[in-house]
Amino acid sequence: MDHLDKLEAQSVYILREAYREFKSLCMLWSIGKDSTVMLWLARKAFFGHVPIPLVHIDTHYKIPEMIAYRDRFALEWNLNMIYGENSEALAEKQTFPDGNTDRLTCCKYLKSEALKHTLSGEWPRYRMNHDERRYVVDEGREPYTGVIVGVRADEEGSRSKERYFSPRDKDNVWDVGDQPPEFWNQFKTDFAPGTHVRIHPLLDWTEQNIWEYIEREKIPVVSLYFNQGEGTRYRSLGCYPCTNPVLSDAQTVPEIIDELKSGKFSNIAERSGRAQDSEDGGLETLRRDGYM
Amino acid sequence: MNGRAQMNIVIVGHVDHGKSTVIGRLLADTGSLPQGKLEAVRESCRRNAKPFEYALLLDALKDEQAQGITIDMARCFFNTAARDYIIIDAPGHIEFLKNMITGASRAESALLVIDADEGIKENSKRHGQMVAMLGVKQVTVLANKMDLVGFSEAVFEKLKADYTAFLEAINVTPVSFIPISAREGDNIASHSERMEWYTGATVLEQLDQFVSEKESHEKPFRFPVQDIYKFTRSNDDRRIVAGTVAAGRVQVGDEVLFLPSNKKSVVQSIESFNTEPKNGASAGEATGFTLATQIYVRPGELMVKPGESQPQVGSRFRVNIFWVGRAPMIRNKSYKLKIGSARATVKLAEICSTLDASDLTSSQSKQQIDCRDVAECILETSRPIAFDTTAVSEATGRFVIVDNFEIAGGGVVVENLSVGETLLQQHIRDRESNWEAGLVRTEQRAIANRHRAKFIVFTGSKGTGKRAVAKALEQGLFQNGMNAYYLGVANIDRGLDADLGSHSDSAGERLRRIGELARILTDAGLIFITTIDDADDYDIETLKLLNEPNDILVVNRGESSFSRYQPDLQLVDGKAVADAVTLVAAFLKAKEIIIDYQI
Repeated sequence: MDHLDKLEAQSVYILREAYREFKSLCMLWSIGKDSTVMLWLARKAFFGHVPIPLVHIDTHYKIPEMIAYRDRFALEWNLNMIYGENSEALAEKQTFPDGNTDRLTCCKYLKSEALKHTLSGEWPRYRMNHDERRYVVDEGREPYTGVIVGVRADEEGSRSKERYFSPRDKDNVWDVGDQPPEFWNQFKTDFAPGTHVRIHPLLDWTEQNIWEYIEREKIPVVSLYFNQGEGTRYRSLGCYPCTNPVLSDAQTVPEIIDELKSGKFSNIAERSGRAQDSEDGGLETLRRDGYM
Repeated sequence: MNGRAQMNIVIVGHVDHGKSTVIGRLLADTGSLPQGKLEAVRESCRRNAKPFEYALLLDALKDEQAQGITIDMARCFFNTAARDYIIIDAPGHIEFLKNMITGASRAESALLVIDADEGIKENSKRHGQMVAMLGVKQVTVLANKMDLVGFSEAVFEKLKADYTAFLEAINVTPVSFIPISAREGDNIASHSERMEWYTGATVLEQLDQFVSEKESHEKPFRFPVQDIYKFTRSNDDRRIVAGTVAAGRVQVGDEVLFLPSNKKSVVQSIESFNTEPKNGASAGEATGFTLATQIYVRPGELMVKPGESQPQVGSRFRVNIFWVGRAPMIRNKSYKLKIGSARATVKLAEICSTLDASDLTSSQSKQQIDCRDVAECILETSRPIAFDTTAVSEATGRFVIVDNFEIAGGGVVVENLSVGETLLQQHIRDRESNWEAGLVRTEQRAIANRHRAKFIVFTGSKGTGKRAVAKALEQGLFQNGMNAYYLGVANIDRGLDADLGSHSDSAGERLRRIGELARILTDAGLIFITTIDDADDYDIETLKLLNEPNDILVVNRGESSFSRYQPDLQLVDGKAVADAVTLVAAFLKAKEIIIDYQI
């Protein structure tokens, strides 16, 4: 087994463990490359099927290609696709692009809050109806007790401290200082009522591994990751007001891998194009409050 | 492109002995730091008017920097010309032992850092012990802060001699000792000019010399069944036995055996998604099989090859355990055991000895296992499980114990002890010797009732209509003037078992309660009838024991989950309910449980 085989086997093991132990389970799909690889790994784990609902938090500021891509594969791969949103903040224009909040507060409203309430079932969930090929309000409001998230340890400091199975308390709070132990391949799959567990199958993957796997498996990813002739591409995807493309000529997956290995990005942090990270506290403050 | 080897390394040692500094140095000296990271830390140091330290690169979290200690294991990635590394920084502070274990249990090799100036400390020993028990085979000891002891060879040799003696006591042979100064960079990436007396490898050279564990292809095949999938709703009729191969290899056409159920079949196909068709699977692969025959297997069984060395099957075994739970491990309390893919209710039966890992003093007298104790003890599961002793196969000989939703301990199986009285047998003996009988004797009840008491269990796979038969039997017996009572198991779930919740872990306790209930109702002279889906040998043996000294009668309808147990009566699936009832009644009459039965 080569390195990618080992990473794949471990992620598949974690996904199967989650599916076995959590009755109310979902997987967050941000449409980015990492969670798309995770979705692919679920197809590996379940032999072509994805028996776990996919949840996307729609801020309505996502780059339009992302939503088109999401819906295309939701239909093509027969996914149980759900999205949630903070309709109140959007209606009241409590957002950064509207000029009414700073970036971090906007993230908190449109992502963290929307996510929290979509997972708990307090806010409406919209589910893809495959017959009508459109989203309808979902009847299911049961809280998810297991949430699969595609974070990687190499992304930034706080994520490097995560466990594969990481508990969150009633208020979604992550107690970094007191996490359960993980012995060998035995994880925290028992949880007290009212709490939930975040599951991280991609923890050991690096950005380069992700691209190598995309290349090996020929996984379709959003075209925004590639230079379309203008000399720029996105390295990390988010909302358009806060995510900037990077200067790059890479038009194919192998070119991206070269760029990461020895080229211009070999020593530049991946999220350098994400504006909210550089505000005070940044990603860690967001994550403690339930951000992924 | 993907050919590069990778290794997980853990760094352990006492608090403030310089683990994070070693890693920070390794990252910086191999040019593995992303630009953003180094600058962010330098900027933070400048803002706080603090000198830049290599350790700060890792202690990325704010509250860690405030406390000045690593509170969790951070993973960082770097590479040398030889291979890629994941370095796991395990915290040295005693409160964070759980994190150290998490880090070390993922590692193939360990760097154990000891402050040459401060010397061997409690956690230097505890971590040495833990690393050994967690199965990390290669340990290199770094004598750090040599700059503080004037780069003295004598100090280094003294530390080496003392710590080697300690490691020998716990049967660990270190790969090497390296004198370093992580802060100054001595012997990290290049040989120190200030310690010319040392001619061994630098830390980087040592890392590249660690040998990657061989995948255990040659060992006997072990496949803990993680789950059984059938995605019928997506028009897929494959019934796939899924899991990760723990050891050995298997091929299409191989005969396989499932333990503890003892069922056999043959591997028909190896299933995968988006790959070439596969003919075999070996250690480390997450895979799935279809079988040539339709047999009923459950998640948690161990799939093996009958021709190879067999695992143990038992419910009582001697183990070495280390405990990190908030509450101590005590006797007569039910815990959850997870070993391989099996889960079982487990109790602490006996403590043989406990060991204080920091000074290696042992005690034979402790009545409980406290947090941070290492203990040799005897555990007993409510039903037999399949496992290996750790000397034979590590992957299927390691377990964890869950207490109150948390993993509270982990350990390795040393010996199968499935002889002698079980906790359940002890319980029955104790219960019966203290049973307070009334003045009405069993025979008097039988004469007055015109039938004997009996516990009748209907079992078999779901959907065979056994409940309908059970209910009709109750009605028939009642109409013939007998004291028969049918109890639906769902009624117990919402009543007697309401405290157990819906989790499958409490299956053992649910069974115990049905058994105890049967003991009482049969004592009252009733013919007590209930149904259990897919009862297996152990379920029935347990119920039989719990119902003692009264009698049990097992009626199976349709496909059964038994491997050895012969049901008293076998009903063909699909037979009309009334006919089935007549058969059971005739059987009861033949066994002289009832005298007469009119349809």
